[in-house]
Amino acid sequence: MRLTDGERAMLDGADGEAVAAAMDLLVRYGEVLGAERLVDTDNVCGANLFGSRHSLVCGSPTPDAAFSEHSLDAPRVLTIPPVRAQSYQLIGPMDTKHWQVQGLPQAEHDEIVASEKYSADHGIHLMNTCTPYQVGNVPVRGEHCAWMESSAVVYVNSVLGARTNVEGRESTGAAMLTGKIPYWGLHLEENRHGTHLVEVTTPVQSNRDWGLLGYWIGEQVQEEGIPVLDGITTTPDLVRLKHFGAAAASSGGVELYHVPGITAEARSVEEAFAGAAPRVRLRYGPDERRAAYERLNGTATDTSVDLVMIGCPHATLGQIRDVVRLLEGRRVHPDSELWVFTPRALRHIAEQNGYAQALEDAGAVLMSDTCPAIGQFLPKGTRVIATDSAKQVHYLPAIMNVQGWFGTLAECVDAAVTGTWQGVQP
Amino acid sequence: MSGPVVLTGRGLVGGIAEGEALVTREAVSGWGGVEPRRGRIIESRHELVGQSFAGKVLVFPGAKGSSGWSGMFHMSRLMGSAPAAMVFTTMNTKIALGVVVTHVPAVTDLDRDPFAVIRTGDWLRVDADRGQVIVTPRSR
Repeated sequence: MRLTDGERAMLDGADGEAVAAAMDLLVRYGEVLGAERLVDTDNVCGANLFGSRHSLVCGSPTPDAAFSEHSLDAPRVLTIPPVRAQSYQLIGPMDTKHWQVQGLPQAEHDEIVASEKYSADHGIHLMNTCTPYQVGNVPVRGEHCAWMESSAVVYVNSVLGARTNVEGRESTGAAMLTGKIPYWGLHLEENRHGTHLVEVTTPVQSNRDWGLLGYWIGEQVQEEGIPVLDGITTTPDLVRLKHFGAAAASSGGVELYHVPGITAEARSVEEAFAGAAPRVRLRYGPDERRAAYERLNGTATDTSVDLVMIGCPHATLGQIRDVVRLLEGRRVHPDSELWVFTPRALRHIAEQNGYAQALEDAGAVLMSDTCPAIGQFLPKGTRVIATDSAKQVHYLPAIMNVQGWFGTLAECVDAAVTGTWQGVQP
Repeated sequence: MSGPVVLTGRGLVGGIAEGEALVTREAVSGWGGVEPRRGRIIESRHELVGQSFAGKVLVFPGAKGSSGWSGMFHMSRLMGSAPAAMVFTTMNTKIALGVVVTHVPAVTDLDRDPFAVIRTGDWLRVDADRGQVIVTPRSR
């Protein structure tokens, strides 16, 4: 890989050992990719909040040890300087307000709080969400970013036209310290054209519709492809595209898609393919929608629901309000829990608006900063969960060994109130 | 019983390792698809669900799913359950960063389709310095 003089100096230690280790990681990574060079970035989203799961395997309990190992793949413990690039913490392991609901011991809480302080002291913005684009990190078209979190990557690439690959903890850690990332993949214009034309022949309108479509497309496209949706007749909103992208990035590896006339980089199908013919043509109709629904509900048989999870990716204020309205005059069943997850900043607004109190009064909890899949927690004894998120129902049964139901927000709230899943296939 | 077969490609992370092949034509999910303590595949619909890659040579198309891929394989290394080596066919950022932080020999861009040549249980010598995978078929 070709380095500039400045990058070479960083590698040689001009800015200290930690920056040198970061540059070394980027060079090793870039060479495996076959990247010709690095590109400057001033917008990095990573994950550097550590609890015992990470510190125990480092051989040293200090935050520098955790960052050196997990965030830089450095050969030994280094003193980490303040970050160079604008850097943001993604979703993390703990809700600092409701950590006891998560069942965390005091010592674990204290360790993660210390890790937050370490990140803040190093200049990493504590957004603590999988949806930075909801709370102030809204990259512009063409902006080179280095983001983790596949659902956020696909959102900013597609909807906003920003440029990032799906990065990992180590590459974003290194990018934070250097302001560099390999110039490869979706950073290059020629790699951003459509490959798969998806002819949508059934109406796609609700959040559930978008989740099902995304899940089906991810399975078809797998790791190599940029789907282009033709036949979308209703303009989706942020929530629908958030659910769509998250689903497509879970069942497959979709990092960019185009909805001509709606997303950032394609006004027409022709423009999405840059004049080339689609490599693959797919058709999505009622049969495909049914297949996706059945797959998503494939882990569940028991209709007694222990937990309803809303907010994957993190809920918008609008989704929170919708839950509040669906709960009006009702209460969560004594044998069920209803947890709603949102960014910390939006939890504060939801508190101001009275939504948090309304949820609490109905027996639900408004949580922030984390989710059951990332933090690996569930109410004690949980065997069956329900959610309106294709992504969460894809991951949680595998991670936590539970059954999972997928349906609409209304079906999920009904399940929390009655304790029973009564979802109906669309 | 046939003799060894040599596949040649691009070595990514240096070094030489040997082990039994664990072959899948399905891409592997890292975060949410792997349990790092024992190096087990946990994705419920994956054909290798329940099996461990610890100490084996994982032969697979590549990485899919969450951006936590590298972190999970990084963790498997720290917990002593990483694969001995990795042989894969499709490059993306997840697998690239994953092989870098797992610190095991890795080879891609092979001159023959590894899925046509390598079967689970075959003995593999992965020489990433020379970009070679030497396959000794298991007696059948």
